[in-house]
Amino acid sequence: MGEATSNCTQSVLEWMATEEYKEKNFARQALVVNPARTCQPFGAMLCALGIDGCLPFVHGSQGCAAYFRSCLTRHVREPVPLVSDSMTEDAAVFGGQANLIEGLKNAYATYKPAIMAIFSSCMAEVIGDDMKSFIGNARNQEAIPADFPIAFANTPSFTGSHITGFDNMLKGFLQSLADPRQGKWTNGRLYVVPGFDLYPANLREYRRLVTSMGIYMTMLPDPTEALDSPHTGEYKMYQPGTPMGELADALNASGFIFMQKYSTVGTRKFVENVQKITSEAVTMPIGIRNTDAFLMTLHEMTGKSIPAELEAERGRAVDAAIDAHQYIHGKRFAMYGDPDLLLGLVGFLLDMGGVPAHIVCSNGNEPFRKEMEALLASSPFGAHGKVYNGKDLWHLRSLLLTDPVDMLIGDSHGKQIAKDADIPMARIGYYLPDRVHLHRQPIVGYQGAINLITMIANIFIDEYDRNCPEERFEILR
Amino acid sequence: MVEEVLSVYPEKARKLRAKHIVVKEEGSTCAIKANIKCVPGLMTARGCAYAGAKGVVWGPLKDMIHLSHGPVGCGYYSWGGRRNLTKGVVGVESFTPMQFTSDFSESDIVYGGDKKLEKVLREARELFPSVQGFSICSECPVGLIGDDIESVAKKMMKELDVPIVPVRCEGFRGISQSLGHHIANDAVRDHLLGKRERDDAGPYDISLIGDYNIGGDAWASKKILEEMGLRVRNVWTGDGTVEGMMAAHQVKLNLIHCYRSMNYICRHMEETYGIPWLEFNFFGPTKIKESIRKIAAQFDETIQRKGEEVIAKYEPLMRKVIDEYRPRLEGKRVMLYVGGLRPRHTIGAYEDLGMEVIGTGYEFAHKDDYDRTFPQMNNETIIYDDATEHELGEFIHRMRPDLVGSGIKEKYVFEKAGFPFRQMHSWDYSGPYHGYDGFPIFARDMDMAINSPTRTLAKAPWKKEKEVR
Repeated sequence: MGEATSNCTQSVLEWMATEEYKEKNFARQALVVNPARTCQPFGAMLCALGIDGCLPFVHGSQGCAAYFRSCLTRHVREPVPLVSDSMTEDAAVFGGQANLIEGLKNAYATYKPAIMAIFSSCMAEVIGDDMKSFIGNARNQEAIPADFPIAFANTPSFTGSHITGFDNMLKGFLQSLADPRQGKWTNGRLYVVPGFDLYPANLREYRRLVTSMGIYMTMLPDPTEALDSPHTGEYKMYQPGTPMGELADALNASGFIFMQKYSTVGTRKFVENVQKITSEAVTMPIGIRNTDAFLMTLHEMTGKSIPAELEAERGRAVDAAIDAHQYIHGKRFAMYGDPDLLLGLVGFLLDMGGVPAHIVCSNGNEPFRKEMEALLASSPFGAHGKVYNGKDLWHLRSLLLTDPVDMLIGDSHGKQIAKDADIPMARIGYYLPDRVHLHRQPIVGYQGAINLITMIANIFIDEYDRNCPEERFEILR
Repeated sequence: MVEEVLSVYPEKARKLRAKHIVVKEEGSTCAIKANIKCVPGLMTARGCAYAGAKGVVWGPLKDMIHLSHGPVGCGYYSWGGRRNLTKGVVGVESFTPMQFTSDFSESDIVYGGDKKLEKVLREARELFPSVQGFSICSECPVGLIGDDIESVAKKMMKELDVPIVPVRCEGFRGISQSLGHHIANDAVRDHLLGKRERDDAGPYDISLIGDYNIGGDAWASKKILEEMGLRVRNVWTGDGTVEGMMAAHQVKLNLIHCYRSMNYICRHMEETYGIPWLEFNFFGPTKIKESIRKIAAQFDETIQRKGEEVIAKYEPLMRKVIDEYRPRLEGKRVMLYVGGLRPRHTIGAYEDLGMEVIGTGYEFAHKDDYDRTFPQMNNETIIYDDATEHELGEFIHRMRPDLVGSGIKEKYVFEKAGFPFRQMHSWDYSGPYHGYDGFPIFARDMDMAINSPTRTLAKAPWKKEKEVR
């Protein structure tokens, strides 16, 4: 039996590596295998964790809350507070109002939040619960004080992805809790919106770069501390985030800068069209040129000059790039992730002379495709790059086996296909539960560029050392 | 203490929660209430029926594709979260490390997902020709929009010629993952069990039930049983196979490890096929020894003799482990809060190391779990059911255990508060903890958690100086 099984296994395995299989694989229309994206409420939770004193609250079945908390906790190795109103069968029949009101009452009394952010799971969306009126009724019934701040957002799991949920919740915060703009008066602060980003180190880097230019800023939302809080021997449920006052004052900002475009589309539209606030969206500043563009945008928006210390830092990043270019130049890469991350990464690889080959974006749309294709066309190294919107990691596996590359870039879920394709992998993005502390190193800004160059070049060098013929094993690399 | 802890809640919540907490007293019987709805708005560790069915019971059955039917999220979150190790080529012989979903979009909600489900199954069968069957694990919207996954399964089973099992495990059903276990067991009963006959059945054939092979646990347990001369025909459902489950009615004894998740199928097999079942505990040498003897007593003298040989073989190794670790762990106090079986099964292993469990409880237990737990506990132990994070935090701060054992959601809450911690769902990415292979790892890990020098770094020296002054 053993022999027959292994022959059969071998032949299936070989067939799975063929062009024929790839065609079949790409022809599928309904099945998704190993998706590189998750659902809206997860992004909403991340957004809510970035507001000072805010308790995230899922309106729906409680299993979602358990899953979101487990998943984010595994990535950042931090506690993640989140409550649910635990809807069950009776709520499916009668609606979730009773659960929401009781949930608000209990959560308010027990966890003493400064504010709550309510977002829906798919159950509540399918039965069509009206959160706005439920919240009003909760106030009328004195489950919570009449003036207790609550933001809410509809985050159906069957449309969009985690980046849409982040966007919807952020817009929900502004719509529910920010006072509408009064005339031309501004508070003189630049609001920096990080987007769906699970590297607290990136957020710290944004703050450092912006403030080093002498710009008064507010990070909105600011989950930096929630995703990376110090160990002091004392657990605090609420970590410092965007202060309530600065959230309330957001629509009097002197401007908004969005560090990601695709995870903040709706919020940006609201800020620009509804509130008429100057806003700019940059490509996620991964790599030197993208960081340059970010700083130039800051300069144009505020008139502040770029200080000498940042120029020196840039110089060090350029030095690192030139020192290590030989390990990355001409190497072919496959990658997957959220649209904003991919645009940043491809820009970075093109800076380095790397060759992006397969770019898989599960939650990419047409504007993303166009932007990515334009980016690829801007460099001779981008000539072979192809964008795959709406595809998953099983599609990517076929690409890796039929048109091999030198390295896979993506989150930990890609480790199996990297192994199948026998190529090294650089772990970048979200979800990284199988390595420690990667989220603690920035991948944005000049420092982030140095980190990425170091990581990718050394992975290649390690790989060579491990696999090279004995006579090629030497101390110099 | 309990009253004080609960006093923060509004009255209704306080009354509800009070029923879930008891302190064991001399001669007291278990008056705890369990398996009741969570209180809305209080942070619970509980999951849902889908988590119990797909995540726990079906997921580790390796040669089937377990389709997360509905929106993308539930499948994503349950993907790889439970360390169910499997042998076999991924995508050919084992699908456990992968994730399959019908990825509902808005139009599927509006028009129903049955047609899409047919297509998904066809595509999966074509792309994964070696698959031995499918389970369709439904997520919340599937039940709410009234899809008929049963009839799709029936139709497609004929077309695709493999077992296709509809599992109605929508997350809103029931009050925790527990109902999902039951639903999953019923689906196994209705669609797989008894459907295949093996011609090599033997007198020592057994099934190992409710060991999900977390970090290789099932392999460690299997090793002992095989050394005793028993033939483990199937593990339900750690590294398990469809064939093994279909022919499971032919075994002579069912050994059940996680009673909570799989007792239903054991009872069914007893009633229908007359197969006896036995609960056992392979955590720590004392309980392993007891269990080996209990299991061997079900068989003849050959097995009993071999059972004693196994005990004799490993006793010195276990003695060595205890001699090494006990001096550093003696008298340390532990508080547990886990699911399934661990809140009671691991107590013996702690006691082997000289440690004492002073508080324990379950996320999703029923009354019968607490009936089994009470006799294991010392007087004055606090027992909490579906503890909220507030309660657990308060109990731990007041009782100051030396070690907390709970899940990933609790881990960093208590680590940040300065308590040594081990994840007792996933063994903190270590393991196995079962069997003789597991105990040395268990002992090392508990010692590491409690005695790691990193625990002494929390206070900055200048802060310490200030305190002294």
